Amino acid sequence: MPDAPSHYHPPPVAIHPPGHGPTPHHPWLQHHFDSMEQQAEASTLGMWVFLVTEIMFFGGLFMAYLVYRHASPTGFQEASHHLNIYWGAANTAILIVSSLTMALAVRAAQTSQPPRTQVFWLGSTIFFGLCFLGIKGIEYHDKFKDHIVPGPNFQWEGLYPKPAEQFYSLYFAMTGLHALHMIIGVGIMSVILVMAHKKIFDRDYYTPVEVAGLYWHFVDIVWIFLFPLLYLIGRHYHAG
Amino acid sequence: MSGHVAPKSMYYAVFAALIVGTALTVAVAFIDLGAMNNVLMLGIAMTKAMLVILFFMHVRWSSRLTWVVVASGFFWLLILFSLTMSDYLSRGWVEGTWR
Repeated sequence: MPDAPSHYHPPPVAIHPPGHGPTPHHPWLQHHFDSMEQQAEASTLGMWVFLVTEIMFFGGLFMAYLVYRHASPTGFQEASHHLNIYWGAANTAILIVSSLTMALAVRAAQTSQPPRTQVFWLGSTIFFGLCFLGIKGIEYHDKFKDHIVPGPNFQWEGLYPKPAEQFYSLYFAMTGLHALHMIIGVGIMSVILVMAHKKIFDRDYYTPVEVAGLYWHFVDIVWIFLFPLLYLIGRHYHAG
Repeated sequence: MSGHVAPKSMYYAVFAALIVGTALTVAVAFIDLGAMNNVLMLGIAMTKAMLVILFFMHVRWSSRLTWVVVASGFFWLLILFSLTMSDYLSRGWVEGTWR
């Protein structure tokens, strides 16, 4: 059943003083674009180009992981077993939920839902993002307690201490970089939430929500790959 | 300006598929399938990524230009992985190249 745009009204129009050029247009249309469609197209394309650079950014770390895991497969397996698979799986589910709420936030703006609805979905996304970061904090704290943070205090009690230290270096580098992206994402989403609250977004202009959504989904995709590669190495050799 | 509006049911369906994929990944991790473990887990991860990209990120309804940019990103990643690993995997094939 299609959503009823209960409060939709025609978009406000920016009028320019005589002799100042551009014809009346949507107030959020930048002057270097001919139309809202073109602006939206350029904005999403621009975000995708940035995301491609991010793919290569994380790609470098995944590459390092590949090389070192190939060099010490059993060592990496041993090291991976120390990670809590339940926290990891919970975080994966949390991020998937946050991607759903994000997609619904974009759709709410796209269908001119009331600001209250948009804020609800955006707020939910932020909430789940913070849950993810909270769990990561718990996991990091546990590592510090167990002395498996690479550095002078690193103590590995099992086999293959050197590969274990390499694994945890990669673990902290990859999940740390990912967590940094989550923090930035929460910041961006907060700004979008405030804009939504100010009634800026409707079916004629929802580009910032769409573009912020692309960023958020990308961070989710990175975790979709991080989870099995870090948490699920050879688990059948070691129950739980 | 309006992109393609998808019904909410589509988003919920994709969400369900992603959760099922996650559950499957965890379950499969505890079963010994030898080399197939990695293949299966990465295969599921790639399917999940494709679902997010096509439906949540709306690439399914985006322009060809956007599609080309997205594909090129992953293609570039493929170059990084394959050329680098071809180096490491072939160490020792020729006399004097083992490190």
